[in-house]
Order: sequence, then structure tokens, then C-alpha cells
Amino acid sequence: MSLMFPTAPASPSPRLRIATCSLAGCFGCHMSLLDIDETLADLVDLITFDRSPFTDVKALSEDGIDIGLIEGGLCNEENVEVLRAFRARCRVLVAVGACAMYGGVPALRNGIPVAELMQTAYLADGLHDPQLPRDPELPPLLDKVLPVHEVVPVDLTLPGCPPPADAFRALVLAEIARRTPDIATELPLHARRFD
Amino acid sequence: MNTQPHPAEAAAATFVLDGRSIPFTPGQTVMQAATAAGVYVPHLCHHAEFEPVGNCKVCSMQLDTSAGPRMVTACTLPAREGLVLHSETPAVQHDRQRLVQMLFVEGNHHCPFCEKSGACHLQAVAYHVGMVDTHFVHAYPPQSVDASHPDVWLDRNRCILCELCVRASREIDGKNVFAVGGRGAHTTLLVNSASGLLKDSAVAATDRALSICPVGALMPKRQGFAMPIGARPYDHADIAERPADT
Repeated sequence: MSLMFPTAPASPSPRLRIATCSLAGCFGCHMSLLDIDETLADLVDLITFDRSPFTDVKALSEDGIDIGLIEGGLCNEENVEVLRAFRARCRVLVAVGACAMYGGVPALRNGIPVAELMQTAYLADGLHDPQLPRDPELPPLLDKVLPVHEVVPVDLTLPGCPPPADAFRALVLAEIARRTPDIATELPLHARRFD
Repeated sequence: MNTQPHPAEAAAATFVLDGRSIPFTPGQTVMQAATAAGVYVPHLCHHAEFEPVGNCKVCSMQLDTSAGPRMVTACTLPAREGLVLHSETPAVQHDRQRLVQMLFVEGNHHCPFCEKSGACHLQAVAYHVGMVDTHFVHAYPPQSVDASHPDVWLDRNRCILCELCVRASREIDGKNVFAVGGRGAHTTLLVNSASGLLKDSAVAATDRALSICPVGALMPKRQGFAMPIGARPYDHADIAERPADT
């Protein structure tokens, strides 16, 4: 593998604290983060994961987070709650991928009223025991799927579906060096895709 | 009296673009002269085959005047001796980026599953102007899709109203299939048939109106995703490196 970005510094301190979550997304962006492959080995002593599907930790540490990676847009009230908690705790909040940036595939429902969607999904003719889901654990849907920047301020975006692994690598290595990367100018074309 | 400049004199006429002297011949626009000189000016509604209309404003650049700088569209501005223009300044690029971002939020441009992705001029210009987010609140406008024709489909979600299909259908295909109607946010691409549907129009999959569409609004059916990722025109080349495409 050719590393087109500088390797991580040898003795950083303290560890970079990273939190991630998937809102209305497919976890593809998390898979792309893991696709940085052996760079992960370089990062073992440099970063620590806080709230993340990788750790199964549900609450953000009160110590503060260096980078919050948000995958997915907002389709329900729980998504909004999680996002606001990230914004409150994260030094750098990153909208990761097409869904976080503009709603992505889930936003295809935005032209259809929610009541009509629910009717079609749960009450349509031919369904066995048609009924609307009423479990209190299920968060209510928002009228529209929203991108992250329409709910909280965003510091950085990693475009793509998913963003290429090189984009994650550049972001993490730059933040370890305490430098915010300029995605538009620092990343080669193949690493800042919209597709 | 012959008022036409002598050819040698005409060829020597120049204007200044980003500090570079650009030669032009009478009748050329700034865009035409810049393109002939190998200078790329970002654009979407302009095409060398047609008269410019100045719809998209993406080619806007700053013109120095005695009353101060003002923005002009390079595709419609006649080249004149002594013009001083600025195209690649951070301020102009920033304005262009905002224009492109507005096109993204005023339509429904889903690059991840659009078969035009990688070959789309809107997407490629967005890369060129450094767009990495959409900045504005998304409108998610409800738009219709016309899949009535056996060989052609129209997805108005992706249309940027550049009118290239309108001009191509009228001037090259000789069919006059398309028009733009409505006002403001309700402006939309119309199909010239009694039903308003493609199936009742004279359009064909081989029409120039389809191949000239800079986005994925007009596409031939059953050819989606024909080019694999990595082999598409703008996978590795900036649109400025492929001027023949536009």
C-alpha cells in the first residue's frame, strides 16, 4: 500500500479520543474507516475510541472528544438527541459521507408525507397482521431526513458514499498532528468523492 | 468603408485574464477566446456547439471597470481589447462554489446511485471548485420522473435547467422536443407532446439532446452503470484537463 499522507508521529501525547456513531446510515462509512488497513496498527497507541459501535459504549465520555465522526443523516428524534450530544462534547465534529452531508438514500422519502410512508409500509393490503409500530423504545420519525449541518454546526466533511479510506487516514493523521486538514486541497481527487 | 479590422490586426487583439494575455478574434466571447488559448473556465450551460445563453452563471468572473469591479459571464461577454478579468481568484472561486452548491440543494442530486456519476459535469465542476459540502439548507423539491418512453427517460430531479437539450433538440436533432417553462422554483423542463410525456414526443435515444445533457437528467435506458468506477471520465482527471468533453 502506498501511503500518500504523512505517517503518524512516533510519540504523541495524549491519545486522540475519537467517537463515532451511525444515525440514518448503513455503516458503510464505518467500514471505510476500517479500510485504512495497516494504518490502524500505526494508530493503536495514538488514538482511543470512546462512544462507538466498535466499543458498544452508549454514552459519550465527559472528558471531551477530539473527533466526532457522524455517519448518516437524521431520520428520527433519537438521531437528533445523539447528534446534539456529540456536538456538545466534540472538539471537531465531522459529517461523514453522503447521508450525513445531504441525507443520502434515506432522504429519498423526503418528497412523500410520513403518514403515507407509514401507511404503505405497515398498513398496506396484503400484509400479515398490519399495524403501526407502537413500541415506546422506537423513536418517532422526523418529517424529513435531515443532513447534519441543518441541525448542528459542522466543522468538517468527508464526502463520499462512503468516503474513501484515504480520506479517513488524512483526517486522523492530521488531527493527531493537531492540524485540521483542508479536504478540498489536500486530498487527491479520488479521495474526495461524492459517489 | 470597410470597418473590419485587418486579419493581422485582429489576431493581435488581446485581453488580460488572470494576468495572462489572451488573443482573440472579433466576434469571439471571452469564453471562446480563453478556451482557444487553453484556459479552462468552469461552466455548465455553455457548449461550443451552441450560442451562449448565460443561464448557469458558473463562468462568472470579475471584470475591472472604471466604476470598480463587477461580475460578468464569460460565455456571453464579447472579447474586447483591454479587458482585464479575474477568474481564478479565491473570491471568484468562492462565488462559483456557492453557485454549484445552490444547484445541488435546489435539485435532488444523489451522486452515490446516479449512473451519470463520474461522467457528470455538475459533479466534475463541483470537484474543480473545491466543493466538499453543500453548505445550504436542502430544498428536496418534489420532481417528476418520465419513464414513459421505451428507450429514453427523464429524471427532473437531476435537471439543472441549462437548456442544452432544448438547444440540441431544436438546432441539431431538428425536433424541438424540449422547453423550459414555469417561474422561479417551479421552473421545469417540459416535453413537447400532447400528453407532455416522452413516449408521445419525437425524441430518440440517439438524439444529441441526450448525449449533451451535462447531468443524468436525460439518459438512454438499459445503459446504466456501463462504465465501471475508475474508468469514468472524471475519476482521475479534473474537468479542466478534459476541455473537449464540454
